[in-house]
Amino acid sequence: MTRWHDFIEKDGKPPAWPYPINYDREQEIETDVLVIGGGIAGCWAAISAARKGVRVALVEKGDSIRSGAGGPGCDHWCNAPANPLSNVDPDEWAEHMAEPPYSNGIGIQIQCREDWDTLVEMEQIGGKIRDTKDEFTGAKGRDEKSKLMISPRYTKVHSYIPGSQKPITFKSNPEGKLNNVVIRVWGSTFKPALKKECKRLGVKIYDRVMVTSLLTEKGVQGARVIGATGLNNRTGEFMIFKSKAAVLATAGDWSLYVLNTELAGYNTFRSRNQTGDGVAMAWRAGAALTVMERTGIMMLGTGYKHTWYGGAGDASYENVPIVDANGKRLPWPTQGWEDAGAMRPTPEDMEKIIKGVQSGEYTLPFYGDFPAMAEVERRVTWNMMLGEESTTKNIIDSYGKGGFDPARHLLQNYNFIEGTSPSQWRSAGGGPVVDWDLKSTLDGLYVAGEQSYSAGDHSYAASTGRYAGRKAAEFSRQAGDAKVLKDQVTLEKARVYAPIKRSDGIDWKELHAGIARAMQYFCSEYKTESLLKMGLDALKEIEEVFVPRLYAIDPHKLMRSLEDLSLLNHGQIILNASLARKASSRMLNFFRIDFPKVDPPDWNKFVTVKLENGKVKAGELPLDYCGNMKANYEAHNKDYASVYKGK
Amino acid sequence: MAQKKTYALPNVTTPGTPVIFHPEVCNGCNHCVEVCQVDVYIPNPEKGKPPVILHPDECWYCGCCVNDCPRPGSITFNWPVQQRAYWKDKATGKVLRDSQ
Ligand SMILES: Cc1cc2nc3c(=O)[nH]c(=O)nc-3n(C[C@H](O)[C@H](O)[C@H](O)COP(=O)(O)OP(=O)(O)OC[C@H]3O[C@@H](n4cnc5c(N)ncnc54)[C@H](O)[C@@H]3O)c2cc1C
Ligand code: SF4
Ligand code: SF4
Repeated sequence: MTRWHDFIEKDGKPPAWPYPINYDREQEIETDVLVIGGGIAGCWAAISAARKGVRVALVEKGDSIRSGAGGPGCDHWCNAPANPLSNVDPDEWAEHMAEPPYSNGIGIQIQCREDWDTLVEMEQIGGKIRDTKDEFTGAKGRDEKSKLMISPRYTKVHSYIPGSQKPITFKSNPEGKLNNVVIRVWGSTFKPALKKECKRLGVKIYDRVMVTSLLTEKGVQGARVIGATGLNNRTGEFMIFKSKAAVLATAGDWSLYVLNTELAGYNTFRSRNQTGDGVAMAWRAGAALTVMERTGIMMLGTGYKHTWYGGAGDASYENVPIVDANGKRLPWPTQGWEDAGAMRPTPEDMEKIIKGVQSGEYTLPFYGDFPAMAEVERRVTWNMMLGEESTTKNIIDSYGKGGFDPARHLLQNYNFIEGTSPSQWRSAGGGPVVDWDLKSTLDGLYVAGEQSYSAGDHSYAASTGRYAGRKAAEFSRQAGDAKVLKDQVTLEKARVYAPIKRSDGIDWKELHAGIARAMQYFCSEYKTESLLKMGLDALKEIEEVFVPRLYAIDPHKLMRSLEDLSLLNHGQIILNASLARKASSRMLNFFRIDFPKVDPPDWNKFVTVKLENGKVKAGELPLDYCGNMKANYEAHNKDYASVYKGK
Repeated sequence: MAQKKTYALPNVTTPGTPVIFHPEVCNGCNHCVEVCQVDVYIPNPEKGKPPVILHPDECWYCGCCVNDCPRPGSITFNWPVQQRAYWKDKATGKVLRDSQ
């Protein structure tokens, strides 16, 4: 009796909703710092704010013990150039990382300066970052003294950046020693430790609450953020949070273009909960957003391709040689020491491989030759790295139960055989514009983690969360009280509960697919002014015709319905940002038929969009608006205390 | 064959059974209900029994429920057919699959 229909078959009726239904109840919470989203960035923000001695409330849609992309774990602590084994200068590394246009130089500088401190604090509160049990003695990259384990990722080349697969010589590392900036960690221990520390510090945690909107001073769009509203997604209770400062850390949106809401496990690289709520509420509150026109095509984890991490050669398969069906070695990088962590073949090698496949020189499918590896390296990759993300631990366990033994078996690689055409599936980037305090353009609203317009990784989220938390705490100390406008709350309540007032119409899955379809038609590979405008009309029609038919039968489906409304907003933001950029751009994966010139110099700038009195306003910022990264970081952090020494 | 009552039920979603509970081991502590970030489960109406899989279509296979279960053997993963891996024995060349 563990499936829903078992109950029907046995009792003739479904189980009753297991939680009390309290749609008509309302709770008010007052705090100094409100953290929205209890993932990696959010938990760190809550901890660092609480350590400043202010009252903190943390609101999380799931349960902060394992919620978010980083909840299940993490095996690479990326970009910690300040670690004791690093051979590069953190500021130089930061500059290198921020070199690609449209990077968030502010977040990157913070990460490079404070990432190691953050990891040390992670260890203080119970996270495992060293091979203390000497399980991997003799593995390359393991430092005998500190027992830290360096990863081959980014050791010489930095393969995330297109065209940068050549070794880069850093001024601070003239002899070209291994950079040693990425650390292998036991990240499955991190999230429970973060929640425990939040509790220990007295952070008030509100799990299973979806934040639905930001409250602004006098209810005015663009004014100071003074709180937020929320919905308990188990009981349906309404929550009103009053705060002096807020940190937005709900990460991005990974399902806007996904038609199929089933198969979520293999459809998206993020859980169902990541639906762009943060960016949608910041937009409605009047914050300026940037890089919203960028979308990325994902080949992995789309449901149309194999499951992420499921095949040899996927991320984290370090030092695994790739061979063809006859055991012939391919010029495919091993993501290991021999090719300095490169994750994809160079364009020339790729050409060789494709030609080889076509000529019969290489036979499909390819395999990862685990048995050829040194025993200790195999254990590091298969047992430690893959074991430290719950997501991939399943893979080890399930394959193991199925009989897979890496000492004897070659694991299949799915390149080519699952097709090389991209699926109609995109991830959407962008986020609020931030300053050197990670403050958005709205007073009282700070931003951290993937929520900021930056590529996401665990350590970026941790260090920017920790930073935003202390800045928000400082702000809250001097911020005056503000009054919440009753009308703003009343209007939001009406919006939130509309779907449960209906008992018929369309459900969240149908609306989700409808929104995704509109985005696929009008805002994908081929963009023109008229298509983008049709896209806005299409979403408006959905808003006016279909949203009023949206219905939900319980608090969980009500949350999913409200997420659709976030997706709808997110689509509108992307379309408006796309209309504002009248040029194509490679780094933004943004191509307009009517403006085919790629990256013309006068468009090398951030485009921003925001709502002002309900009207869309586009603006721009110079690409280097963060200024001199080192100088600005130092000017804004004169009192930075490094690793936490308090109780 | 004993006659089972046939109800008119909609199709089951895909995936429909992301995990399998083993009621002889599981004591219904509901820890898995708490760690699941998308609320795939609800507690069983009967105390002490394994949770009910209410939203299997929302599972993203993060594994937290299985890996954090305090009673080993209570819950196992059940990969959907299309997600199961292939591998090959290096010595014999035989292609194998997770066919549990
Ligand atoms: C399988 C996998 C493996 C990965 N491995 C690595 C790795 O090895 N190294 C690495 O550096 N990175 C890795 N990453 C990426 C890394 O996990 C993320 O970059 C990181 O977790 C981002 O942190 P975040 O706090 O910004 O977002 P998240 O950790 O995703 O947290 C966002 C939180 O906000 C909550 N939320 C959303 N909307 C609302 C709302 N309306 N109200 C309240 N709460 C809300 C969500 O439930 C979630 O808990 C991996 C990601 C995945 C999926
Ligand atoms: S499967 Fe494990 S965690 Fe879930 S209820 Fe049973 S014993 Fe508890
Ligand atoms: S694998 Fe993850 S998403 Fe699926 S039921 Fe378990 S905890 Fe929930």
